[in-house]
Amino acid sequence: MALNPDFIGKRYPDTDPYLIGREKVREFATAIGDFSPVFHDVVAAAALGYSDLPAPPTFAFSLTMKAMAAAMFDPELGLNYALVVHGEQGFEYERPLVAGDEVVVKSYIADVDTRGRNEFLTTAADVVTLGGDLVVKTRSIIVSRGTAA
Amino acid sequence: MNIGDVVASKTVTIERINLVMYAGASGDFNPIHWNEAVAKQVGLPDVIAHGMYTQAQLGRLLTDWLGDPARLLSFSVRFSAPVVVPLEGGAKVELQATIGAIDGDVATVVLTATSGGVPVVKDAVATVRTA
Repeated sequence: MALNPDFIGKRYPDTDPYLIGREKVREFATAIGDFSPVFHDVVAAAALGYSDLPAPPTFAFSLTMKAMAAAMFDPELGLNYALVVHGEQGFEYERPLVAGDEVVVKSYIADVDTRGRNEFLTTAADVVTLGGDLVVKTRSIIVSRGTAA
Repeated sequence: MNIGDVVASKTVTIERINLVMYAGASGDFNPIHWNEAVAKQVGLPDVIAHGMYTQAQLGRLLTDWLGDPARLLSFSVRFSAPVVVPLEGGAKVELQATIGAIDGDVATVVLTATSGGVPVVKDAVATVRTA
């Protein structure tokens, strides 16, 4: 089933506030094989001026993915999750996310596009503190393989 | 630092256990990253790595080099081919970061990732604060 282009510009509700935990940062860093002290040791992080552990740069995707899921599982949009692969991912950082940050994700569908038999869903998602400060802007393209009409 | 300098490179081995750990830590449980039957059913040769796992390896290359993750200003990647991760032996991915441009205190870094001789990312770039 083809994706519905009427969804371009559609905004989804902000995600529930997410409190970044120190152990979550350690777990994520461990999962990507990163044992650099800055992501594990609060003293090493403090030496660089952080109030707690900063998260590795791609951690933000774990948060924006939840916002993207609202679009991906929106039955009106018509995406088949099993046929989806990640096409592109970009981040623009104001600063790293840090344990103790409580953030929400504000997202919208930036584009729906067809190239050949594949369809491309572009979502933009901003990670913002509860105080309203932008931390990281993200842009994701997911590819629905072979589903174009 | 000059344009064309290779500032970081490494080879990582991705095994199934890494994808399972990444699924748990990131919350991305798409079965194409851990269930061979589902992967094949949707036309993939085998289980494939999360694109974000590959990007995380490039991120690690950058932050190891930079020291402070705050020096990373932007970071984007196009996933051009899947990293196929067989049950036995996993997949090797070769990573490299090269200075592409310098503008004052900001450098553009061109990133490559190759698995089995095939580039698995395209248009992969980061901007970093060098001072």
